[in-house]
Amino acid sequence: MNQTIQYERYQRQLILKGFGMAGQQKLQQARVLVIGAGGLGCPIVQYLVAAGVGHIGLADHDKVSLSNLHRQVVFGTEDIDSYKVDVVNRKMFSLNSDVDISTWNERWTQQHCLQHFPDYDVIVDATDNFASRYLINDACVLLGKPFVFGAVSQFDGQVAVFNQSQTDGSRSVNYRDLFPLPPANGEILNCAEGGVLGVLPGTIGTMQATEAIKLITGLGTTLSNRLWNYNALTQEVFIMQLVSNPVSLQYMPSSEEQFIATDYEWLCGIPQKGIKEIDVLEWKQNFLDHLFVDIREPHEMPRLDTLCSSLGLEWMALPLSGLENNLSCLKDRNVVFVCQAGMRSLMAANMLMKASPDASVFSLKGGVLGLAEKSII
Amino acid sequence: MIEVMFFGQFKDATGVSSIMVEEVANTDMLIQMMKKRYPALESSTYMIAVNNAMVTENTIIRHGSKVAFMPPFSGG
Repeated sequence: MNQTIQYERYQRQLILKGFGMAGQQKLQQARVLVIGAGGLGCPIVQYLVAAGVGHIGLADHDKVSLSNLHRQVVFGTEDIDSYKVDVVNRKMFSLNSDVDISTWNERWTQQHCLQHFPDYDVIVDATDNFASRYLINDACVLLGKPFVFGAVSQFDGQVAVFNQSQTDGSRSVNYRDLFPLPPANGEILNCAEGGVLGVLPGTIGTMQATEAIKLITGLGTTLSNRLWNYNALTQEVFIMQLVSNPVSLQYMPSSEEQFIATDYEWLCGIPQKGIKEIDVLEWKQNFLDHLFVDIREPHEMPRLDTLCSSLGLEWMALPLSGLENNLSCLKDRNVVFVCQAGMRSLMAANMLMKASPDASVFSLKGGVLGLAEKSII
Repeated sequence: MIEVMFFGQFKDATGVSSIMVEEVANTDMLIQMMKKRYPALESSTYMIAVNNAMVTENTIIRHGSKVAFMPPFSGG
C-alpha cells in the first residue's frame, strides 16, 4: 500500500468539513470485509475503493452469469463464467491501485468467519440468502464486530448498522433482534424468484458503502438501532427505530463451539433430504403423466398455457399463497410442482408430501427459468 | 382510524401497500385481524413497528397510529 496520500485523487472529499486529512488517514488505515460480490457487493466495493479504504477483503463463490448483468454493473459480457471476485479485483486495481484487496472464491463457513473477522474493522453483509445473513450476524456478535446490513426485495430495500459499539459500552441491535429465527424455506423470495429492479441494489449498496465510511471516519450518525427502508416506486423512505429483543438471545450461539455446531443451511431450510427434485430433461422424458402445478402468483411471467397445451399436459395454476387451503384437491395425485426458479416448488412439494405421503411428488429443478434456459419455452 | 402499512412481499400477499382500519386496542388484536383478512400472513415471518418504533411485545395502539408489518428481505 502506498503510504502517502495522493492529494489530488481525494481532493473533493479532503476539503469537506469534518473529513480532511484525518478522515482520509482513517480510511487508509481501515480494513473492510465485504461478503458477496453481487448486486450489493459491486457498488459497495467500487465506492470503498474509490474513497481510498486501505484494505478490502472480498468473498464470493459465484461466477458471473448473463442474468447478473442488469444490476451487477462492474461486470461485462466478456466476464461471464469468470469468478466475480477475480473480475472485481482486476477492475478495482485499475480504479485505485493504492487499495490492497484480498479475495476468496469459496462459500464462507463458520471457520472462515472465525479465522478472518478478527482482521477487519467493519464487515459488510452483501449476501443474497438467509443462511449467509444469519452466519455473518452471529459471527459479528460473537466476535464483537460492527456490520453493515443491506437487503433488497423486488422494489424495496433496507439498510442498517448492526452490533456497533455504543458510548455506554453496549452494542447496537443485531439482525436476530428483528427476526430471531429465519423464515421458512421458500417463504421469502430471493432475486431469482421474486425479481429485482436492476438499479435497486445499486441504491442500497451505495447506502451501505456510505454507512461503512461513516463507521470508519466517525462522520455523522450511522443507522445504528435504526432500519432504513426505501421503496423505489414511490421514493418513500421509512426509518424504523429498533430495540433489542429478549427472544433473540435464546437463539444466538453463545460460544465459538456453539457457533461451529450451528447448521445455518439447515436452519434456513436449504433443500431438505427426502424432497425429490427432477431436472427439466428427466421431467420431459418420464413425468409428463404427472399433474403439472404452477405455484407462482398470477402476475409472474411467462405463463405456461402454451407450453402445457403443446405438450398435452394436465396442469393447473395454484399459487403457493393459497396452496395450504387447496391441498385436498391434490391429495393422492402424482404431481410435479413448478415455480420461477425452483425454490418455492420445493416448499410446495414438502407440503404435499406431508398431506399425501404415498403419492409421487416432485419439484422441477430450476423452475420456469430452467425451462427457458433449455429453450423449452 | 389506524393506518396499517405493508412492506416487501407483504404488498403482494395483501395486494395493498397500506390500509386504514377502525380502532384496534393493541398489536396482538391487529395481528389477528390482519391474518384473518389476509390468510397469506398466517404462516409468515414479520416484525411490527408502531409509529416507526419496533415492538417486541403486545403494545397499545392509540388513535391515529401507523403500524408497519415488515417481512425479512434476503435479496442482494
